Amino acid sequence: MNEAGLSVEQVSMIYELPQGGRVEALRDVSFQLDPGGILTVLGPSGCGKTTLLNILAGFLAPTGGQATFGAHEISAPAPERGMVFQQGALFEWLNVAENIGFGPKMRGVPAGETTARVEHLLDTVGLQGFGDKAVYELSGGMQQRVALARCLANDPQLILMDEPLGALDALTREKMQSLILKLWRDTGKTIILITHSVEEALFLGQRLFVMAPRPGRIEREYRLPFAARGFDESLRDIKATPEFAGKRDEILAMIWEMEEEIMGRTESA
Amino acid sequence: MPDDSNPRSRASGEPEPGGFIPALLARVGLSRTGETARKTVTFGDPSAASGGRFWSILSVSVLAALWVLSSIYEWVNPIFWPAPGAVWDKFVEISSEGYRNFTLWEHIGWSLYRILMGFGLGCLVGIPLGFAMGLSRIMRGMFDPIVEFFRPIPPLAFIPLVIIWSGIGERSKILLLFLAALWIMAIAARAGVSSVKLSKIHAAYTLGVNRRQLLFRVILPNALPEIFTGMRVAMGVCWGTVVAAELVAAESGVGFMIMVASTFLSTDIVVMGVIIIGVVGYGIDILMRKLEARLIPWKGKG
Ligand SMILES: Nc1ncnc2c1ncn2[C@@H]1O[C@H](COP(=O)(O)OP(=O)(O)O)[C@@H](O)[C@H]1O
Ligand SMILES: [Mg+2]
Repeated sequence: MNEAGLSVEQVSMIYELPQGGRVEALRDVSFQLDPGGILTVLGPSGCGKTTLLNILAGFLAPTGGQATFGAHEISAPAPERGMVFQQGALFEWLNVAENIGFGPKMRGVPAGETTARVEHLLDTVGLQGFGDKAVYELSGGMQQRVALARCLANDPQLILMDEPLGALDALTREKMQSLILKLWRDTGKTIILITHSVEEALFLGQRLFVMAPRPGRIEREYRLPFAARGFDESLRDIKATPEFAGKRDEILAMIWEMEEEIMGRTESA
Repeated sequence: MPDDSNPRSRASGEPEPGGFIPALLARVGLSRTGETARKTVTFGDPSAASGGRFWSILSVSVLAALWVLSSIYEWVNPIFWPAPGAVWDKFVEISSEGYRNFTLWEHIGWSLYRILMGFGLGCLVGIPLGFAMGLSRIMRGMFDPIVEFFRPIPPLAFIPLVIIWSGIGERSKILLLFLAALWIMAIAARAGVSSVKLSKIHAAYTLGVNRRQLLFRVILPNALPEIFTGMRVAMGVCWGTVVAAELVAAESGVGFMIMVASTFLSTDIVVMGVIIIGVVGYGIDILMRKLEARLIPWKGKG
């Protein structure tokens, strides 16, 4: 196992409900992720995606199994594992530049160095000139650019994203997908991205997990060429290829079936 | 009486009605401007109920005119309600010559001093207490019943006790105001801490904060809007409480002035005092709101 690789072994998570009863959010989830890889996770809501990511971030301790990053078992949040949330996790009392520089500042990086890094990152995410704007003055897409930059400023080895583009409109979303791909290529970070969108999962994932609920588990795994091709082909062109369309329909059908099954079960229950 | 329908139809007729009269009408809030001008649904839309400055001027003018007329035509006995001229004369007299050893400004100053001390101490103890309650299960468990018990008790109910403990000197009034502000501030700070979005806390930890940094760089700024709202409420309560406390036991202050004047049936001084209480209280709230807009521009933007 490489130094900055991620290893998830037989991870299970069972929530005990306060009124009795239990939810098996994850059962025996195992996978390895090499450094520099990008993995997307797809599945109907309630299949344990957020739970898995929270375990990898170190916010939750699994009830079974273990997750290791590099040489250490994951037991608490750490700056080596950055996180981008769906929305509302920016600090509204800080301006854009202060948000981006928050991590380095807290960790005692000299101010001059932080300033330079923030300037560079503003440029990278396409927000040059917005440094002294208030974050609540920005559009949703721009806010997520700030969230990306804030995460990158800390130079994490692993970046976890929980539906980072879920609240954006379709057009902004496509632009952000290209940005994430570009960041992955330029920085060589290991990325795990959770999404509700099949297209997004196909386009961004070198590997793609389709998860199924009750108990939450990895149902299928795909290895995909589209992310690598996205370096020189346009996103629209790739999405228009028959290959892409075929995979999309296959996965959509799979998730459709899962949703039907969930509906059926809740109706009969 | 101005007709409301006329200027309104004019304002909605053209995007930018020029000329002096329409501009004046818009300025005093008689015609609708901007966005609101083109709205067809106004009843129930909160923005349609704002900007009625003309009506404010009107209502205040009518009240003032009634007061003047009532004194000219002697509708009421001045012992029950004084003439505006008499109140003004007293105001001038007490501002320069004073009343019961203190000038008017000193009376106001004493009241403000007590508030600032009591309110300040209440913040000093209440905010950390609220933080502790918002952050620790033990502290929350220990102090919740105490805070919730004292919260609904009006501070004035403590006056007899406070006087027994510390007499009628400064200490008793400051203690009283401290008690008035304490619970309000503790509850506001607790609410502010509890209002933090978990994703912000999680984000901060992944960015490498330690507990102290989390407290001062995330939880505190996140709680500031609620704390400030609590301060405004506490200020209002303190102002009301100090006047009432001075009515009971004091040798200076606006409340004391009113109390003494009333025993001599000097209604003019009493009314002057009441007006001053209103004006100062209103002034404090305006000041707090200005301060809030300056210091916490992110309020409500999270
Ligand atoms: N704190 C919790 N307590 C109890 N049940 C939970 C908790 N968090 C999540 N769950 C349950 O675990 C399952 C997986 O949740 P989650 O990981 O949020 O799924 P996803 O992100 O894929 O929508 C759901 O059925 C959810 O109701
Ligand atoms: Mg989720």
